[in-house]
Amino acid sequence: MIEWVAPRRRPLPRQPITLLALAWLLLVVAVAALAPLLPVADPQAIDSLHALQPPGIAHVLGTDFLGRDILARLLWGGRWTLQMGGLALSLAIGIGLPLGLAAGSGGGRVDALLMRLVDAWLAFPPLLLAMAVVAILGTGLVSVAVAVGIAAVPPYARVARSIAREVRAQPYIEAAWSIGCSPWRIAVRHVFPNALPSLVAFTATQLGWLLLNGAALNFLGLGAPLGVPEWGSMLAEGRGYLRAAPWASGFPGLALTLTVLAANLVGDGLQEALG
Amino acid sequence: MTPSYLARRFFHALFVLWLSATLAFIALQLTPGDPAQALLAASGATADQVAARRERLGLDDPWLVQYLRYISDLARGNLGYSWLHGRPVGRMVLEQLLPTAELALAATAVGVALGLGLGVLAAVRQGTWVDVAATAVAAVGLSTPTYWSGLLAILFFSLQLCRFPAGGEGGLRHLVLPAAVLGFALSGSIARMVRARVAEVLGAPFVLAARARGLGARRVLLVHVLRAAVGPALAVTALQFGFLLGGAVITESVFARRGLGRLAVEAILWQDLPVVRGVILVGAVAYVLVNWAADVLQAWLDPRLWEERV
Repeated sequence: MIEWVAPRRRPLPRQPITLLALAWLLLVVAVAALAPLLPVADPQAIDSLHALQPPGIAHVLGTDFLGRDILARLLWGGRWTLQMGGLALSLAIGIGLPLGLAAGSGGGRVDALLMRLVDAWLAFPPLLLAMAVVAILGTGLVSVAVAVGIAAVPPYARVARSIAREVRAQPYIEAAWSIGCSPWRIAVRHVFPNALPSLVAFTATQLGWLLLNGAALNFLGLGAPLGVPEWGSMLAEGRGYLRAAPWASGFPGLALTLTVLAANLVGDGLQEALG
Repeated sequence: MTPSYLARRFFHALFVLWLSATLAFIALQLTPGDPAQALLAASGATADQVAARRERLGLDDPWLVQYLRYISDLARGNLGYSWLHGRPVGRMVLEQLLPTAELALAATAVGVALGLGLGVLAAVRQGTWVDVAATAVAAVGLSTPTYWSGLLAILFFSLQLCRFPAGGEGGLRHLVLPAAVLGFALSGSIARMVRARVAEVLGAPFVLAARARGLGARRVLLVHVLRAAVGPALAVTALQFGFLLGGAVITESVFARRGLGRLAVEAILWQDLPVVRGVILVGAVAYVLVNWAADVLQAWLDPRLWEERV
């Protein structure tokens, strides 16, 4: 990104908003991990007599069109959404990082070849590419995660490459060359550790994007099977009762937006803290 | 502008397209399942008929032959045939292209206007609450799923205020909500880029020189600073074109509009792979063309770029 003020680093403890965002992310992860242990109703329990109840004492966030408790579905839904995001992220990193680092530290012909491949990959609109992968793999939560992860590889490879190139231009890399370190050793011991901070910041932003697109595919009905409480599918289910029960789609939407926003803010904050 | 710069960018774009088409071919080849079987599944064809269809479609030919046929078909605009309907994919995509293009164009207009406004405002009032507010709006735009902001928009503007139709198409009134929702999502990244760029340019010597010549702050901002900011904003908008197409697909679904989105979702649910491939190939062509055009426009705005390598 272009620097607009004199390069100004702000350590994390002095960024209250970033800390707040980080706390929210940790809370969401903790709740998702502990969902089975939490004292909430069964997210699948159907109770038609109490369908579309507004938020109240019995159901803190109300019920959906089948009378299922929205709070419970929200907590369990975070589990599905985050698992999908995590799987997609590890795929994007697992393929994109080696690709970008190889191109960035290899340079020359390797770089040109790999980057043309990434260009071609990048030419497909990411969400459409993810949809195409779902078409090949068949619908389901895992294929959505794989699809979104594959679509996220090219930006990851590009960023990893540019960071690696930046690091490679540093004097200490030249010093390592001159004392006879092998290219492999330079890539693993010198380039990678120094590229790590910027990569972590980018990964946080990337996570937000993955959650957004993964939930989008679920919203379109290409992911979670019927009834599974995933945030995107909950939004899709609630849209039919927008007027009678705005909370049915409102709360999952809010949870998703806050989580994506938190991931983006953490990414920005880390970038600012690490310079 | 040097013709060789244009030509170089053009060949690069062509090369990227060829590689994308090849990737799409490989992906479809690796997919298990027999296309001829899929084509004839509904009609209850016998094994012999399936074999005959395989023969006619050339599915028993070696990969290389199939690949060359595929590429030459593509070059002539033939995207293959739908497994479900047997209709030419090119025509099916073309029919749905217009509503999607309409939405994408309107959303771009909203996104660029909003993004430029927010970005300039934040940069000019750097460090004040105006900056904080504009940056926050941009961050929210970047993070809000269009499938949620779309539902909210329907709830308030259609169901409560009865101002705009909740969905369907026909006329400008049907376009307002979807374009606003998608444009808002797009404006986030544009605003960020513009803010950074304008803030940088505000400190540039030529701005100081213009002020020293006695030009008013408003004139300097509108004529000199904005011109420098438009190029990068253009580049971001072009790079976000892929995002825009994806967003359009979702927005179409939220507002029950016709378009590539419905075509793609249906094709996926039926595993009609040639149609899916057609949609993403058309998306890739559009993306590459838009970015090529943005490159050319940017070079026209900023002659220093002529010298840079591809």
